[in-house]
Amino acid sequence: MIPGIIIGVIVVILLIMFIGIYNGLIRLRNQVKNAWAQIDVQLKRRYDLIPNLVETAKGYMKHERETLEAVTKARNLAQQVSSEGAGERAKAEGELSSVLSRLLAVVESYPDLKANQNFLALQEELASTENKIGFSRQFYNDSVLRYNNKTHMFPSNIVARMMGFKEGEFFEVTAAAERAAPKVSFT
Amino acid sequence: MLTIGMGALLIVLGYVLGLYFFDSPTAGLVIAILLWAIMSLVAYFQGDSILLQMHGAKKIRPDDHPRLYNVVEEMKIASGLEAMPAVYVIDDPSLNAFAIGRDPRRASVAITSGLLRKLNRDELQGVIAHEISHVKNRDVLLMAMCSILLGTIVLIAWYGSRFLLFGGAGGRRSSSRGGGQGQIIILIVALVFMILAPIMAQLIYFAISRKREYLADASAALYTRYPEGLAAALEKLGSSTIQLKSANRATAPMYIVNPFRKKGLKASDLSSTHPPLSERIRILRAMGGASFGEYDSAYRQVHQGGEGVIPAGAMAAAAVPLTTRKLEGEAAEPDEVQRARETSDAMWKVSNYRTISCDCGTKVRVPPNFREPQIQCPHCGKPHQL
Repeated sequence: MIPGIIIGVIVVILLIMFIGIYNGLIRLRNQVKNAWAQIDVQLKRRYDLIPNLVETAKGYMKHERETLEAVTKARNLAQQVSSEGAGERAKAEGELSSVLSRLLAVVESYPDLKANQNFLALQEELASTENKIGFSRQFYNDSVLRYNNKTHMFPSNIVARMMGFKEGEFFEVTAAAERAAPKVSFT
Repeated sequence: MLTIGMGALLIVLGYVLGLYFFDSPTAGLVIAILLWAIMSLVAYFQGDSILLQMHGAKKIRPDDHPRLYNVVEEMKIASGLEAMPAVYVIDDPSLNAFAIGRDPRRASVAITSGLLRKLNRDELQGVIAHEISHVKNRDVLLMAMCSILLGTIVLIAWYGSRFLLFGGAGGRRSSSRGGGQGQIIILIVALVFMILAPIMAQLIYFAISRKREYLADASAALYTRYPEGLAAALEKLGSSTIQLKSANRATAPMYIVNPFRKKGLKASDLSSTHPPLSERIRILRAMGGASFGEYDSAYRQVHQGGEGVIPAGAMAAAAVPLTTRKLEGEAAEPDEVQRARETSDAMWKVSNYRTISCDCGTKVRVPPNFREPQIQCPHCGKPHQL
């Protein structure tokens, strides 16, 4: 009788632990998915910001048509491929980032434009959006790290293997231009 | 761990007093826990708005302070906070900031206008990251619970002592207890706990507060990946001694620096809610990466061995060393006070005065004809060798 009860209790405890670990894994995996979606949100924000930026700059930078056009083209392309695979997207977004930093570097030689309140506000917004894209990627990577730790470490790796949890992929910067942080200074 | 200790203190106090006054430890326990529950409920529903009103904090819209709002949003993303906290600005020349919110979904961050003016973007990011990590780590909830625990312990001890003074009614009436000796022992035990419990609870409270501050610093470094930002901000904070006018003892732990920073109080001093600024800065600057593990080893390095400060559960999450990456710094906006200070510093130098920076933040100006071997700081009295 007694050994039966003890075994029963142990089984119940193990079951509760199992459920707890399983739920924890689900929570972490969902956080990874959510973090990925957040990157999208920030990228879309950038799309919406750019036309405004180009319009404001156009009035002052009459001799920089090619640069401005390059920005618009890159932005449209990025928006187009936003529904495609991760590889395509990363390339397009990287292109857009480098074209933008080129534009902002050119702005340095236009003091009138730099003094424009509107433009300054847009610049702050753009800088912040770039930061937010960076941070959302960072948070995605952090989430993947937490999730991978759980799936690799004992004892949750047992549950993970049993229930088919695969490890997550880190977001890596592939474009060399993007890897070099754009030096954007507003002084 | 410490919180459990505090809770245990409450339970023991209730038990012992119940034993003495009512011959029933359970009654004492029940009363203690009930008191605590009532005070907790009241505090929970009182809300954060009272605290914000007390400081005259004004809620800002995104367009009012775009840089501040953007920084808060960036840190919200980096930390994974569920909802964007409300952002408040307090019109006060002092340098301080705090975060409130028992629930990460309904949090608020407040900063003084003085601090907002003084910091550049990286430093502001560090400060905001520190505050948001208080919300994310549920420090606000924890500290509120602890202060209520502390309050309950103090309350019970006080009432216990009152009853004792006014006749010790319950004790004498007992007839089921054998002999006077048992009574006296219980009385002594009760007295000891009544005196010690509030003191011990206070010390535990301060220790908990300091520990959470270290954790918040580590979290800030993790979110920004740039501990130098927070370190530089803390340096600027340390060099100002203007007191925040509406600071309140009860809410002291929530500020980024101790608003009651008194002159030269060596605040590794057990009665401080915050660890000393210079130490925090040193730890942040000793970090080789941005993970919690890095913060822990930097902490141990600064303290020359001994145990770390990050709870083990938090460390498992970041077993991989993370890189520190410098964000796009922005030049600080020209500040009149700053320029005035720089000018006066130059004037002093021209007149051949020496400048010594004291730990309390004062700049001691030594006249050129001063011949003594040491000089005392006029603010905190600490002697400096010449």
